Amino acid sequence: MALDADLKALPLDALHRSLGARMVPFAGHAMPLHYSEGVIAEHLWTRAHAGLFDVSHMGQLQLSGEGAAHWLETLCPGDFTGLRPGRMRYSLLLAEDGGILDDLMVTNAGDRLDLVVNGATREADLAHMAARLAPGLALVHRDDLALLALQGPDAAAVIARLGAVPAAPGGVAVDALKFLQAGSFVWRGVPLAVSRSGYTGEDGFEISVPVAAAEALAGALLADPAVRPIGLGARDSLRLEAGLPLYGHDLSPATEPVEAGLAFAISKRRKMEGGFPGAARILKALFEGPARKRVGLRLEGRQPAREGAAIHAGDAEVGVVTSGGFGPSVGGAIAMGYVAASCAADGTALAIEVRGRRLPATVVPLPFWQKSYAR
Amino acid sequence: MRYYTPQDEWIEVDGATATVGITDYAQGQLGDIVFVDLPEPGRTVEKGKEAAVVESVKTAADVYAPVSGTVTEVNAALADNPALVNESAEGEGWFFRLRLADPAELEGLMDQAAYQASLAAR
Repeated sequence: MALDADLKALPLDALHRSLGARMVPFAGHAMPLHYSEGVIAEHLWTRAHAGLFDVSHMGQLQLSGEGAAHWLETLCPGDFTGLRPGRMRYSLLLAEDGGILDDLMVTNAGDRLDLVVNGATREADLAHMAARLAPGLALVHRDDLALLALQGPDAAAVIARLGAVPAAPGGVAVDALKFLQAGSFVWRGVPLAVSRSGYTGEDGFEISVPVAAAEALAGALLADPAVRPIGLGARDSLRLEAGLPLYGHDLSPATEPVEAGLAFAISKRRKMEGGFPGAARILKALFEGPARKRVGLRLEGRQPAREGAAIHAGDAEVGVVTSGGFGPSVGGAIAMGYVAASCAADGTALAIEVRGRRLPATVVPLPFWQKSYAR
Repeated sequence: MRYYTPQDEWIEVDGATATVGITDYAQGQLGDIVFVDLPEPGRTVEKGKEAAVVESVKTAADVYAPVSGTVTEVNAALADNPALVNESAEGEGWFFRLRLADPAELEGLMDQAAYQASLAAR
């Protein structure tokens, strides 16, 4: 496949190609779809051992200045003033009408907030935030940093073997971080910001590293026999099995957080106080129940139902698939989509239209695959 | 005699019947195959029109009939093991057999050397 000349190369582009990656355009970058073993082998390896993902296409933003947490609360429904140093939280960037502009991770890094946003929405997010930035705050896009994700049951042992030490005396060891904790570490003189987090439904870590040291770090991790490189294809099937929504597919400006099943991202204090974009609409959906809900759908066989497929209850069209495919660990076809609230209960028998045929599907609880986070 | 199409199907002709599948190049492009939607035996298929659909972890792709004919048999092994297409696209991973409607339709299909040359030119 010929890649457009205006695609950006990831910092690890040469490494991906040397590892046999099939490169595809994604979020404006040339990215590895899979390596020589293919998507299913990479997916199953991550579930059994540890996979290394290059997610440097994502936007790493840093927000600093007096009142940064207060200001971020005017754009997102999370409690950031109550977010303790070294803790991270999933949140949503909301439009005035409560529609979802992006989903993001927010970490209290001590003297600043670190934000990780989606690659495809990074520029729009930056423009949205810059246009509203309060005096005295600084918002910086750290495109001098790469981001690696190490995911899987062996991730903690692997990162312990790497030998990174806490940046400050008395800091916890990197493998002692708990789920959604973050810290600063040093590896061979290189500063690393590490969090215990990910997008696969597995235990794991995300590691922010200066671009100049990214290839050395990736090489050191890949030298561990438990680690193999994993592409975007398996990242998608892993997150789908984990029931995690993908922005631009399961989430969009046309979806609000409650129908998306993301009410947990509206912190308790914010539910009581409001004061975030679209609060009236979102709190109404929260207390009265949304008209439609994001659900998991298990098809009977192996035939995938993909994004855009219509969902039926009897003769009535009641929803649409927003993500779908084959779940390698589940061993069958799985999907997520939005259905009318009356059809959203677990066990509801529905049908998904694929090429003129109606495939039987059942509403099932998310995730499809049981997580094993280190809490 | 085995022929190839520009859409990466192969057809192995044996008298009045033929076996159809996708090429090894095609399976490599598709990646891990998870489902193959095969035509019902008895269905008539038309040269150049959709006859089957192959689903990989990445995408769904139409498979076109290299020639017109009537489907006589499908590869039942693909229902439980669609990965056979990845392992042996031009052998055990065949899709269906058909009775040719018009053997003259084979004219204009590529032989193996011509197909390999067309791949090199892509």
